Amino acid sequence: MHNLTIAEISKKLQEKEFSSKEITQHFLDRIKRLDGTYNSFITLTEQEALAQAEAADKRLATGDAPTMCGVPIAHKDIFCTQGVKTTCGSRMLENFIAPYDATIVSNYKTAGAVTLGKTNMDEFAMGSSNETSYFGSVKNPWDVECVPGGSSGGSAACVAAQLAPAASATDTGGSIRQPASLCGLTGLKPTYGRVSRWGMIAFASSLDQAGTLTKTAEDSAIMLNVMASYDAKDSTCVNEPIPDYTATLNDSIKGLTIGVPKEYFGEGLHPGTELAVKNAIETYEKLGAKIKEISLPHSSLSVPAYYVIAPAECSANLSRFDGVRYGHRCEDPKNLEDLYMRSRGEGFGPEVKRRILVGTYALSAGYYDAYYSKAQKVRRLIKQDFVDAFKDVDVILGPTSPSPAFKFGAKGDDPVAMYLEDIYTIATNLAGLPGMSIPCGLVEDKPVGLQLIGNFFAEGKLLNVAHQFQLATDFHTLRAKVDE
Amino acid sequence: MEAKEIEKLAKLARLEITQETIDETAKSITEVLALVDQLQSADTGDIAPMAHPLDAVQVLRKDEVTESDTREQLQAIAPATEDGLYLVPKVID
Repeated sequence: MHNLTIAEISKKLQEKEFSSKEITQHFLDRIKRLDGTYNSFITLTEQEALAQAEAADKRLATGDAPTMCGVPIAHKDIFCTQGVKTTCGSRMLENFIAPYDATIVSNYKTAGAVTLGKTNMDEFAMGSSNETSYFGSVKNPWDVECVPGGSSGGSAACVAAQLAPAASATDTGGSIRQPASLCGLTGLKPTYGRVSRWGMIAFASSLDQAGTLTKTAEDSAIMLNVMASYDAKDSTCVNEPIPDYTATLNDSIKGLTIGVPKEYFGEGLHPGTELAVKNAIETYEKLGAKIKEISLPHSSLSVPAYYVIAPAECSANLSRFDGVRYGHRCEDPKNLEDLYMRSRGEGFGPEVKRRILVGTYALSAGYYDAYYSKAQKVRRLIKQDFVDAFKDVDVILGPTSPSPAFKFGAKGDDPVAMYLEDIYTIATNLAGLPGMSIPCGLVEDKPVGLQLIGNFFAEGKLLNVAHQFQLATDFHTLRAKVDE
Repeated sequence: MEAKEIEKLAKLARLEITQETIDETAKSITEVLALVDQLQSADTGDIAPMAHPLDAVQVLRKDEVTESDTREQLQAIAPATEDGLYLVPKVID
């Protein structure tokens, strides 16, 4: 059962081949038996899941249930879930129980999906290896000595080990696409504003976007159909029409123009990854697409711009954790300032502290223009590169990550080496564009991903282009060997 | 970045950095700032700063109460409350 995709599970549920309760129990048993190795879940919601599955089975019995009804999934522990702990991978929120559901969580509940549990992640989504989680690192099911990527490492590892058919995730600089690449999955980060951020704990508000980690592009389309909604409670959510993302999956891509940025094939790219991406380009040519070399001239500035903007926004967003209203509070504070300083000092880990300090510096008197304002100007140049490119191409293609999964501790004491892990993914967040990563080969027996970037709100086209690749290749069907 | 500057930033951010970790913090932040300094090479002339990917403007709504009173639920997760108020150490002597 655990080999199935969402599309297959949905069909079998509708045809009564098995019940939601049966498949939910199957995944819960797998998690309990196997997740000791991977540490992909922080909280398992067994009772809730079985109650949701029972309700879904009643709905399925009427013969009029939506596609995701009864399908079990996992949620990244950054999404608030009423009555269930939401830790964001931090000691700060170790015992935090949100008084409400995030909009995307209620969207999935309304659609009848079952929540298996909450997945591990880098603390406050800050990291590219899942090593910053207060609840311990997550192991990559392809090689347990390697990282699964981050920050959505738990969501990626649980799907790669087939402990869940799919999971929600978030992407601020590559946190969906990079783990998808390192774990051999399909990852989708929609356009900024496509999916509500309400109830999703904020890291960098102008970059954060919720999306999915799945086995196939078809499953991403099914999940985005549920996840995307206009939400008045998120003032940056965009009120654009929401198409049926599954309706265009089978469109022909003959005559489609794919842009390949020359800047994405420079120094630092693993030759194995480069070869896999080049082979993918050939596959697209065979499918009738036209390939065009393009230039995104400001690419090299995306990581520097991001490491001003993201920390600046994080330092403001994380000021809400003050030890007063919720979250960790230190013992015996001497005075109010001591309460703030020690609660935050004890509650946050080193990477979160580093980013708060960098952000505070970039926003402080005398440095604002040189850092924050400058980075925002460069951000516009980076977006303009994409706007210009999309005048001539339909989709942009390149590698997702510079190399396959690396060993634990390999980039541990060098924050800049870790930041460069997102060198190809960060620009799409700065520009607000939708991006995907799909498996395109194995390098050193570990998966690598192909990144596809679409125009604003062109998720339908992006999913179509990804699905056509998956019809022509079988990289997305390769699975990590799980010691059953 | 010197340890003294980290102390000042930590105070601005209301964030305790222990003495044992301060040198390491200073070193890593210096590395991050060296990365970020690459921005200075960009010619940004009269480019307007970009705060939002879609250049959206603030959404306005009617000034009406749309949410119910959830004080009890919200205070249930607070570290310390009394009579519906949040408790903090004494602020005024």
